[in-house]
Amino acid sequence: MSDTPLVCSVASGQKPKKLYAVGAEFDGPKALYAAAEKVRDRGYRGWDCYTPYYIHGLDKAMGLRKSFVGLFTFAGGFSGIVGGFLLITITSVYIYPIDTQGKPFFSLPGFVPILDLLLIMPSAIMSIVGMVVLSGLPRLHHPLWDWDAFTRATHDKFFIVIEASDPRFDEKASVGLLEEIGGTNLTFIGDEE
Amino acid sequence: MSYFTPSTRPSPPRYDLLEKVEEAEIEHARKQLAREPYVTQGRDAVWVGDHIASVVENPAPLWWYIAVSVAGGVASLTGICILYLITTGVGVWGENKSANWAWDITNFVFWIGIGHAGTMIAAILYLTRQKWSSGINRAAEAMTIFAVMCAGVFPAVHVGRVWFAWFMAPIPNANGIWPNFRSPLLWDVFAVNTYLAVSIMFWYVGLIPDAAAMRDRIKNKILKYFYAVICLGWRGSARQWANYEFCYLMLAGIATLLVITTCTVVSSDFSTSVIPGWHGTIFIPYFGVGAIYGGFCMLVILLVPIRQLYKLQDLVTERHIDMCCRFTLLMGLFVTYIYGMEFFIAYYGGNINERAHFYNRVFGPYFRTWQLMMIFNCVIPQLFWSRRVRRSPWLAFVVVLFPSVGMWLERFVIIVSSVHRDFLPSSWGMFYPTWIDVLTFTGTLGIFFLMYLIFIRFLPVIAIAEVRSVLPEANPHELPEVVEAGGSHE
Repeated sequence: MSDTPLVCSVASGQKPKKLYAVGAEFDGPKALYAAAEKVRDRGYRGWDCYTPYYIHGLDKAMGLRKSFVGLFTFAGGFSGIVGGFLLITITSVYIYPIDTQGKPFFSLPGFVPILDLLLIMPSAIMSIVGMVVLSGLPRLHHPLWDWDAFTRATHDKFFIVIEASDPRFDEKASVGLLEEIGGTNLTFIGDEE
Repeated sequence: MSYFTPSTRPSPPRYDLLEKVEEAEIEHARKQLAREPYVTQGRDAVWVGDHIASVVENPAPLWWYIAVSVAGGVASLTGICILYLITTGVGVWGENKSANWAWDITNFVFWIGIGHAGTMIAAILYLTRQKWSSGINRAAEAMTIFAVMCAGVFPAVHVGRVWFAWFMAPIPNANGIWPNFRSPLLWDVFAVNTYLAVSIMFWYVGLIPDAAAMRDRIKNKILKYFYAVICLGWRGSARQWANYEFCYLMLAGIATLLVITTCTVVSSDFSTSVIPGWHGTIFIPYFGVGAIYGGFCMLVILLVPIRQLYKLQDLVTERHIDMCCRFTLLMGLFVTYIYGMEFFIAYYGGNINERAHFYNRVFGPYFRTWQLMMIFNCVIPQLFWSRRVRRSPWLAFVVVLFPSVGMWLERFVIIVSSVHRDFLPSSWGMFYPTWIDVLTFTGTLGIFFLMYLIFIRFLPVIAIAEVRSVLPEANPHELPEVVEAGGSHE
């Protein structure tokens, strides 16, 4: 590894070799909320707020679009009900029809409960798959985890991180912006090369 | 001469006094209208996290070891009994030709029912924006999972030759025979498995942010790895939270549909047959409310000691217990109505078999269970009309023990008193439980409490992130200062 550390505070004047992002710490949801709106208004895209719990309305303050998890749910449910219909119909009408008290082999009302359950199961699985995939999980490592202060992102601190991959990212301007909106403990976070 | 005397002159109205009275009235009204906080004593997000995590972080108290040993010992009874049953045959239970379903299905419906209250709290109350439920939904969902696991034991082993249980799977069996998808018993297989799987998924998704919080704070290396793996690398970014909340919403909707489906399917096991006492369309709501009734009782039984032992009174407040008691009362009233309605329909429907069955319920050989059921389920929960009873957790604890037993008796009444006398008096018989019946059921209580004890030891018993997000500080856009500062949003 190189001689410069992966994470160094802006004040120290050092900088990691390969910059991943610049992060700032905020004290509470209110400060973060106001700050997020300002970052959004500057037109950044590759940035994120990190909070210990869901903050109502923060996605709007950040200008995020509605989550696409619903599409996954629909895809799961749709394929589940179609697949289930085929499974039940093919087996109980063609492959192994069972004559029970003269009831018709194709009896949709009798299929409904299992169709319903075969709708539920894949849509639940796909909702979770959608959430995991769209959130960029699972991950065994992330550059932010090298930042010691960041362990408090699940506890009591709030962070805004602007990534270096953002087209509008500019070291000085972005650091200046984070400072201007009230961020403290400004830090450069490096990525492993 | 003037008759006007100073004494009759009206004194000027004392506006100052009036104002004071009004102020006091307004103050009083405000106090009455004010919502009770979800977390009492003004605890903040940091305290919430520290306090819930401390249950896991602190060394296990002595009572926990004792409780685990006792529960583990009792749980082993089920294992031993099932082993005996498999090696000997289902004849070790008290079932016979007229009463071919008895304690096994009673226990199954009892445990499945307990699960329903957990889903009710975690999904239906979430969808209806009952934010207080965030304080108890983790505990309730855990109850669901463990109860459904206990429920699954009985249908799995009651088939007799357990090694053929795979015939229930939707695959062609060894003779190329497919299961009958129109059979309620197969619906049941699907319902129970789906219910267990989706409950675990729903519970697990709720756990992800909390597991991340535990990963970041716990000192123990092994547990740190454990939490790091189960949280999937959660970072709590706003984009993740947006997806997470949407996923949770979807799962809540799915779970709501599922809980209704499950109680419908379980009731169809009975109502699609032609046996008097079972053959009724009322069975679907009957099983639904009965399930939620028993489940809320079990939840109070779990929560009251836990909040006391781990000092969680500010998170699982008296209001939570109060709400559970109100649900208990409401469901108790529904159940009472349905008991009455069953008798009315038996009388009004004019079917002599149905009438004979309900006569048999009250005056037949199992009249004691029916009487106890009526007292436990319909009479004793009326104590919950009193606010004082609902607000004293330990008193509520004692009261809910009765409907808990009562709901088990209800399933016994439905099942055994219906089947032990069928249409032909020559085939009438009686069911008496054997020791194996009793010990198998007792053992599932042990399994349930054992799993619950392990759960409260290693996972946060209250959803940290969810409780934090219902605190006032998680709603910054409702606070006036921010509106002034930001100003650009609705």
